Amino acid sequence: MSTLHTVNKSPFERNALTSCTGHLLAGDAVLMIEDGVLGARTGSSAVAVVQAALESGSVYALAPDCAARGIKPDDLIEGVQLVDYAGFVDLVAQHQRTVAWL
Amino acid sequence: MAQKKKFLYLNRKAPHGTIYALESLEVVLIGAAFEQDVSLAFLDDGVFQLMAGQDTTAAGMKNFSRTFKALGDYDVRKFYVERESLAERGLTVEDLMPITYEDENEDYAEKPSIHLVGRAELAAIIADQDVVLSF
Amino acid sequence: MQLAIVVNEGPYTHQASDTAYHFTKAALEKGHGITRVFFYHDGVNNGTRLTVPPQDDRNLQKLWSELGEKHGLDMVVCIAAAQRRGILDADEARRHGKDASNIAAGFRISGLGQLIEAGIEADRLVVFGD
Repeated sequence: MSTLHTVNKSPFERNALTSCTGHLLAGDAVLMIEDGVLGARTGSSAVAVVQAALESGSVYALAPDCAARGIKPDDLIEGVQLVDYAGFVDLVAQHQRTVAWL
Repeated sequence: MAQKKKFLYLNRKAPHGTIYALESLEVVLIGAAFEQDVSLAFLDDGVFQLMAGQDTTAAGMKNFSRTFKALGDYDVRKFYVERESLAERGLTVEDLMPITYEDENEDYAEKPSIHLVGRAELAAIIADQDVVLSF
Repeated sequence: MQLAIVVNEGPYTHQASDTAYHFTKAALEKGHGITRVFFYHDGVNNGTRLTVPPQDDRNLQKLWSELGEKHGLDMVVCIAAAQRRGILDADEARRHGKDASNIAAGFRISGLGQLIEAGIEADRLVVFGD
């Protein structure tokens, strides 16, 4: 009974990512969208939070939102997977519920 | 619509600064008529929605905080307040409005609607839902 | 699978409506059904036909209207949120003594019960907001 969590806020401005990852259960997935993808870049102060999420489940970033913000696939934290909108739909279908951390 | 689903309202935003808390409450009120299994979660700045003694007169905002107290009459009786969120903000449950409901199975005894839960407990509550509405 | 979509922000200020649009389009292309698209909070502003965005930018209202028409989507604007923000259909305009209505093609105004109902009927509900 896993959950897909969407995060659309920059971790440098809001606590959505931290709050989300604090409520993950094993097998859950986090999808960073919109400004949330700013947390997907390696080398930032948000890496530890993302790595903690990767330990309990999967972490995805929406590719069109990364591209729009100049974040290249090579810039991503290791383990973070890129999905397009179709992949977003698949994630929603694969998990029993979706929780938006607005 | 025979099936009963578990609906959770995830409240993470403070009242008054934005309209989300007020309009979320309006959904709760309308949703109560659908006789689903409803829970409300208050975490992060959402715990401020339940602060006692909100006086919006001088700010000119609508004071909708009293409406929370009426939700018991609509069978909305599960208010999960996250302990860590309170602590991070220097709050305790004593700072919140007392919210109760009358238990018709126990001679209408007044019972608290607010349940303090830890972060891990709230994670389990989220994982138990069919629909999670966040605003 | 049947999906319900909730859009809580208006066009342009936040990306939420864009993301919801692309998600809905992708879901339809994958063969999923859309139970309803429910516009709430400032999301009701997606349903005004009076927006005039610059020529070189997307027209979100038009995109939603076209997607709605193509797939027969039920696109509902919350009445309470719409009244606060000046989104009216002809009936509402008449009822409140306003001299114009502005609801865009493909959108309809209805109550919050439509949101709860969508949550009950759909297999998944996805919220897009800010």
